[in-house]
Amino acid sequence: MHVNRRNFFKVLSVTGAALALGNEMKAAPKPKSSIEFSGILYDSTRCVGCQTCESSCSETNNLPAPDGTPAPGVVRKTDEKHRTVVNAFNTSKGEAFAKKQCMHCNEPACTAACLTKAMYKTKEGAVIWRGEKCMGCRYCMVSCPFDAPKFEYHSANPKIEKCTMCYSRIMEGKVPACAQNCPADALLFGTRRNLIKEARKRIVENPDKYVDHIYGEHEAGGTGFLYLSAVPFEELGFNTSLQPKSYPELSKGFLYSVPTIFVLWPAILLGIREATKNNQLNDEEHE
Amino acid sequence: MSNLEYTMAKDNDGQPIMRFLASEFKPRGRFLTPFNIISIPIMFLGLVLIIIRFWKGLGAVTNLTQEVPWGLWIGFDVVTGVAFAGGAYVLTFMVYILNIRKYHSIVRITVLNGFLAYVFYAGALLLDLGRPWNVINPIIGNSFGTSSVLFLVAWHFLLYMIAQLIEFSPAIAEWLGAKRARKILSGMTIAAVIFGITLSTLHQSGLGALYLMARDKIHPLWYNEFIPIMFFVSSIFAGLSMVIFEGSISNKVFSDQINEDHHKSHNGIVIGLSKICAVAMFAYFFLQVLVFIHGKRWELINTPMGYWYLLEMLGFVVLPMSLFFYSYRKNKIGLIKVASVITMIGVILNRLNVTVIGFRWDAAVRYIPTWMELVVTLAVIFTEIWIFRWVVNRMPVLRDSPSWVNEE
Repeated sequence: MHVNRRNFFKVLSVTGAALALGNEMKAAPKPKSSIEFSGILYDSTRCVGCQTCESSCSETNNLPAPDGTPAPGVVRKTDEKHRTVVNAFNTSKGEAFAKKQCMHCNEPACTAACLTKAMYKTKEGAVIWRGEKCMGCRYCMVSCPFDAPKFEYHSANPKIEKCTMCYSRIMEGKVPACAQNCPADALLFGTRRNLIKEARKRIVENPDKYVDHIYGEHEAGGTGFLYLSAVPFEELGFNTSLQPKSYPELSKGFLYSVPTIFVLWPAILLGIREATKNNQLNDEEHE
Repeated sequence: MSNLEYTMAKDNDGQPIMRFLASEFKPRGRFLTPFNIISIPIMFLGLVLIIIRFWKGLGAVTNLTQEVPWGLWIGFDVVTGVAFAGGAYVLTFMVYILNIRKYHSIVRITVLNGFLAYVFYAGALLLDLGRPWNVINPIIGNSFGTSSVLFLVAWHFLLYMIAQLIEFSPAIAEWLGAKRARKILSGMTIAAVIFGITLSTLHQSGLGALYLMARDKIHPLWYNEFIPIMFFVSSIFAGLSMVIFEGSISNKVFSDQINEDHHKSHNGIVIGLSKICAVAMFAYFFLQVLVFIHGKRWELINTPMGYWYLLEMLGFVVLPMSLFFYSYRKNKIGLIKVASVITMIGVILNRLNVTVIGFRWDAAVRYIPTWMELVVTLAVIFTEIWIFRWVVNRMPVLRDSPSWVNEE
């Protein structure tokens, strides 16, 4: 290309302007995301165990219809064909129900465990599974304290199944299917912040009706699904011994030590090798 | 097979490379040995089961459940197998970093053993993947899950296999008679060793760190925040016990390949290794006791799992440790071999206790592997031994390097 004086200056000024502009754009403060984590508040005192959430979940996600009905003493579990189940419990205050599904943790163990970022915490708060990335190692299942991810063991092209908080519906501006269809208003969809406020309000207004505990506010570092109950949560089959720290915290210490070892070890090893070189000479003299 | 053939094969003097390779790939020696008679049907059965597994899904072959997603193939093949392959980094540390020449004669066979262990146990990992076609995702970089311990372990497996291949490659060059290549490759050994030891430190402990997030699922006697350190320390004596065990077998099976000097020095090597095992086991036991006392786990001892824990600690750590101590002071080679076998059983027990037996020990439906999982595991091990035998019979692993190596 022929470059004369005029062209040279033209190019120079355009490049300079682009660089200057580009820098300015980078340096400008990013607008803080206005999107907050969403969640669902489940009020066990309102739930009547009608399984509408289960059947609307199956319909929305093209899964088989619910298996069985809630009955005290029978523990139904979510599996690769059922993303949510409602169980009945005989509690100190009579029969009560509890819905189970993925808890959509604030800092999920499954996404920290995933080495391909197939398990993904969206900025809307839903934890979703992305099949095109997943290699099916099932480390998410090993790590999840709620045993939420389920695996299709009887498929040559297996998927991980779990509640996605109807992420596609959220993106369309709709409410998750279970919360949309609940006839007893036991499920409430909203931002996690507002749901906690609402839950507190219900506890304060009806101190006799509720135990003073929002399950999911602190459990496992906080979860997107929040629970209210009339009885202590152990009676509803919840694990109440979960740590209040998030689960990824457990392996953070190890992961942080990795770069240190990567820098220090080779240097130390080389040092030892140099320091022990005389051994080799001595050995050879002996031989 | 005559010695003359060997001399020709090992120097590859003037033979066209393709004809040389063709002759090398032909089987040698007696075919109907007891080992072959047992291993061949199992390998074929394993192959059939692997085909069924990819055709019908993992559930057709394994007993894995939604609560216990990792079973024998991870807990034994990968986690235990890699611990046994730890001998390679310990020995290269002693020979190339501490410059203890005494162990030089067994470095090659140990590195070969380690390399094949990684190839086959990483291979076993592929069998366990539900969607193995996506296995390259964390490698090619379209989705780096850098917060995952498994990401670290996967990368380290890959890099360590390359490091071990470089460490072993001079033997391949000698086999092919590639003099220039040998010179270049053996110049890379130290770098590969240092890199390899660093990687081993991290992924031996990383295999333990995989289970850190399963805090509520592993029996408290086996779960603690020091699992990574426990796994690292125990990989030292796991690997060395494997070296002692494998060495005593190799010395018999391949005795025609080993020169007299090495035969003589072997006992000295075994005694030296048993000393290191004893010390490493003492450190390990001390750590376990510290963790036990600090964790205030006394009330768990008087339960079935508690007895099981005591058996592991006393019967498979303290006992072989004492045997190692006793027999290296009294020069009892036979007893050292016994101790190494007990240690290996103990390491298997420990890894399975963390990954399978103690994992969801309270679940209503316990995971018990199917016979098919066992057969596939055996098939993987046998295939590895076949390749191992093939390499040892052809390359200068146990036998001396060809004469041209020293002439340079």
